[in-house]
Amino acid sequence: MAHAHDSSSERPAILDKVRPAELPRSPLILNNRGFHWITDKVCTIVEEDTPLWWKVMFGVALFVASFTFIGLGYLVSTGTGTWGLRSPVGWGWAIVNFVFWVGIGHAGTLISAILCLLRQKWRTSINRAAEAMTIFAVCCAGLFPLFHVGRVWFGWWLFPLPNQNGIWPQFRSPLEWDVFAVSTYFTVSTLFWYMGMIPDLGTIRDRATTWWRKAFYSVLAMGWRGGNRQWSNFEMAYLLLAGLSTPLVLSVHTIVSFDFAVSNVPGWHTTIFPPYFVAGAIFSGFAMVLTLMLPLRAIYRLHDVINQYHVDNMCKIILATGTMVGYAYATEFFIAAYSGNSFEKFAFVNRAFGQYAWAYWIMVSCNVITPQLFWFRKVRENHSLVWIICLFVNVGMWFERFVITITSLANDYLPSSWGYYSPTIVDIFTFFGTFGFFSVLFLLFVRFLPLLPMAEVKMVAPQADPHAH
Amino acid sequence: MNERNERIHGVACTFRKVSDVFHAAEKVRDAGWKNWDVHTPFPIHGMDQAMGLPRSPVPRLTLLGGVTGFITGCLLTWYMNSYDYPLIVGGKPYWSVIFPFPVLYECTILFAAFGTFFGQFIFNRLPRHNHPLFDLPNFARVSDDTFMIVLEARDPRFHLDESRNFLQSLGGQEITVIRD
Repeated sequence: MAHAHDSSSERPAILDKVRPAELPRSPLILNNRGFHWITDKVCTIVEEDTPLWWKVMFGVALFVASFTFIGLGYLVSTGTGTWGLRSPVGWGWAIVNFVFWVGIGHAGTLISAILCLLRQKWRTSINRAAEAMTIFAVCCAGLFPLFHVGRVWFGWWLFPLPNQNGIWPQFRSPLEWDVFAVSTYFTVSTLFWYMGMIPDLGTIRDRATTWWRKAFYSVLAMGWRGGNRQWSNFEMAYLLLAGLSTPLVLSVHTIVSFDFAVSNVPGWHTTIFPPYFVAGAIFSGFAMVLTLMLPLRAIYRLHDVINQYHVDNMCKIILATGTMVGYAYATEFFIAAYSGNSFEKFAFVNRAFGQYAWAYWIMVSCNVITPQLFWFRKVRENHSLVWIICLFVNVGMWFERFVITITSLANDYLPSSWGYYSPTIVDIFTFFGTFGFFSVLFLLFVRFLPLLPMAEVKMVAPQADPHAH
Repeated sequence: MNERNERIHGVACTFRKVSDVFHAAEKVRDAGWKNWDVHTPFPIHGMDQAMGLPRSPVPRLTLLGGVTGFITGCLLTWYMNSYDYPLIVGGKPYWSVIFPFPVLYECTILFAAFGTFFGQFIFNRLPRHNHPLFDLPNFARVSDDTFMIVLEARDPRFHLDESRNFLQSLGGQEITVIRD
């Protein structure tokens, strides 16, 4: 065989008799839809009269969002005692919710940046909505540490500004690193999202019939003309932003995990945290993408552009990252046992069998066991079931952060100072409301901005290949 | 309307298929045109080569942004924790490149992203809302499913009738004159 390719005349005779098997790739766009169909499908979402379901959902979302703002208003006007924080648990739901929401965001960047670098063409259909999800999730996340500082009017102390005594922030603190990581993440994600949207905003502008719509989308589209000289710079900038977002997204949850790992608390002080947090973030984020996209796909009948292949891929990523997270749980236990450190050993035995065992086993069953159902094709094809499993994953990932944050603080070195943390109604309302806040932002996005990246979806259509016939 | 009295921006012609506009672009390139463009609803793979475009200069601003960001991060942390108000933490040096590294890392990415984002706008000469192309009635379809080659009047090869015939020979469909 070694010399088989030396000359073509020595081609094995068998090759003339057999036909090589065709390995078809799953089509990304079903039913052979054309460019105009894609434009119409996506632009109609923005152009049609506001549907009733949207108005109802928006009203509900606003109502739910009010819980956050009433909760925060009550917190600020009354004092931090209204949250369930007391010694020894100084980091309660606020930090749990912060890590939860930041983690949700990570799937958006994974889809828009990492899958772009890996040339995963299926990402195009879900990329825009996932990026929007990232930005809105980071908005929700940012509220919590901001109000967790206690006196929120001193929130500016987080920024590199001198306070009234001329003292600057201390850059050895992982909390300060987090300020830089999360604000950079929010800014870069927004730039990436907006830049990717410019050609599509141009399309909506060109179809606009009313003057206000024309004016609104003209300003946003920046006068995009779609010349190839523009595309050339655009594509390069897009690729570079993808290349910059990839190390960024990995660094953000790494630095979030440093908030814990750099401390000396048993159960937090572990080197596994950065990769484990990043895997968990992607895991929860993909679950959120599916939670949002499956209903939208059904409402707007996007089955031709978000097909079973897309759902399959996302389910498989959830399966893979869920398994990684499960592996990390096991590794934590092994390392705790292997460390010979009695505090570390206790921290983990306490997690699984201590006063918060209920939370630990909710976490394990939602994060490790539920996603294993995605091994089965029948499950991946049953979208109601997929949606429900994704809800379980979201719940499980919230509990993961709860278990990490609370169990380690509630029972650390000194048994005499142990305690049991429970949230107050203000904690619960504030967190509950963020789902409304997120939904308000996401519904506005669905209504006013292109839900699918039209240009990118057209680009992966078979008729976009200049050498096709 | 007398064509001579009006300033002409160029001539445009539309194509319906990707392969048609792609091969037409190769011919325009081979004819030696410099001021022309292919307007498409999405980036066509290989069109840069078909047009003979050089590599995009955006990465230069990305690099500039990244280097600026790293230096800014260094100066920021050094000035704040070591120069203006030195903080003694654990008897360690006032400043080193190690402890604020996450900050330097994020500043590098932030400024590189700014360089890339604004670089795209700078090199694309955007925002610009008053381009003569927007007055073409069939230009709106270019962001949907139509492809358009525009030969600009400022190219030395431009001659209204000859350019029009040239576009006709490339297989263009609707040929229109763009006025400034």
